Amino acid sequence: MDVFLDTFLNPAVLAKYAPAILEGAVVTVILSVLIVLSGIALGTALACLRAYRVRPVSALIVVYADILRALPPLVLILLFFFGLPNVGVTLSASLVLYVVLTLVLAAFAEEIVWAGITATPKGQWEAARSTGLGFTQALGHVVLPQAVRMVIPPLTNRAIAITKMTALGMVIGVPDILGQATTAQSFSANASPLTLAAAAYLVLFLPFVIASRWLEARFSGPGG
Amino acid sequence: MDAILAQFFNLEIMAKALPLVLKGLGVTLLICAVVIPLGLAGGLLAALGSVSRNRALRWASIGFVDFFRALPPLVLLIFIYAGLPFAGLRLSPFAAVTIAFFLNNSAYFAEILRAGLLSVPRGQGEAARSTGMSATQTLAWVTLPQAVRNVLPDLLSNAVEIVKLTSLASVVSLGEMLHAAGLVRSITYNASPLMLAAGLYLVLLWPLIRVIGRFERRIAS
Repeated sequence: MDVFLDTFLNPAVLAKYAPAILEGAVVTVILSVLIVLSGIALGTALACLRAYRVRPVSALIVVYADILRALPPLVLILLFFFGLPNVGVTLSASLVLYVVLTLVLAAFAEEIVWAGITATPKGQWEAARSTGLGFTQALGHVVLPQAVRMVIPPLTNRAIAITKMTALGMVIGVPDILGQATTAQSFSANASPLTLAAAAYLVLFLPFVIASRWLEARFSGPGG
Repeated sequence: MDAILAQFFNLEIMAKALPLVLKGLGVTLLICAVVIPLGLAGGLLAALGSVSRNRALRWASIGFVDFFRALPPLVLLIFIYAGLPFAGLRLSPFAAVTIAFFLNNSAYFAEILRAGLLSVPRGQGEAARSTGMSATQTLAWVTLPQAVRNVLPDLLSNAVEIVKLTSLASVVSLGEMLHAAGLVRSITYNASPLMLAAGLYLVLLWPLIRVIGRFERRIAS
């Protein structure tokens, strides 16, 4: 038991590295917020663009969404981080992580919002158009708000899954929670920083996981 | 343009990397073959717990699921692989990956199977029991098949996520596909091996993603 406490909850090690993990938590939170905002915005914009049903544009969007949903994010992170500098584009590790996860979330968000748009009853479109609204107005004021409402639970789940992937930044040296913890762990030769990191992730993400459970219960069931 | 071709689509380097990357693909598939059935089994147990009438069991199951849905899988993997040795428990990369992904996948499969179980009308189970079937028989022959059918697209897309998840095993030096490609990249200073791995992931997963999309549309309509 003492070995266990000394290895995973060593008070001296915990106290020494808590500030570093906290700094990591700030990086994780900032990256997560930026990724969620820009990923969902980009994905929604793509889904709206697809609603105009211009064939080549829609085809491009589908191919983009399919590829980004089929590739493991870590592959993209390594490609961007190690491949781009050799063709003259050097991005910092944090920027690579932000760009890749935004693109991935946008691909999933596009598919989810598009599903919401196609699930909106045809009568809503027709009624909106018959009141004199243009296509863009009907989409923006009538269809999209209903579509987004419908897909809030899957969108929330996906956003949580992707923001958790900020931990992958550790592989290319982003000083996020996991990055700070693995550095601290190798300096201290003790596993307590990893315990602290796991706790930090739980504190950050558990509320959202529980909220998503609540959202699902609220938005499913009779009447949607 | 030439620089991009030479850096990302260098066929000579891809040809050299191919045997190692294909061997890595074998390991990727092996991990999936071990971890997906394990995750399904663990997920089923947790799902049954989360719809049970026993309050303690229900809360324990939901707690398990939420805990592992909130913890990034890479954190769990590094904790098991790099943390446990300090307490004297040294696991092989394969064992660490299996345990970490088992816990993570069980949580996700549990959530999907739970939704499936709840989607089966109560009367189905009651009718089965009244014909004299035992609780286990009812589950195996009546409730579970309907539950699985109702959430099949979600189960499949979670399987796709697991195939993608195996790439994390490269972080603990398990020689799966991404690890193999990364190794050749670090020797050649060229990103083409990574493009090769990306291409193989696409070949493997794109058809599955299309099929899932078709399933979802059929269920929606």
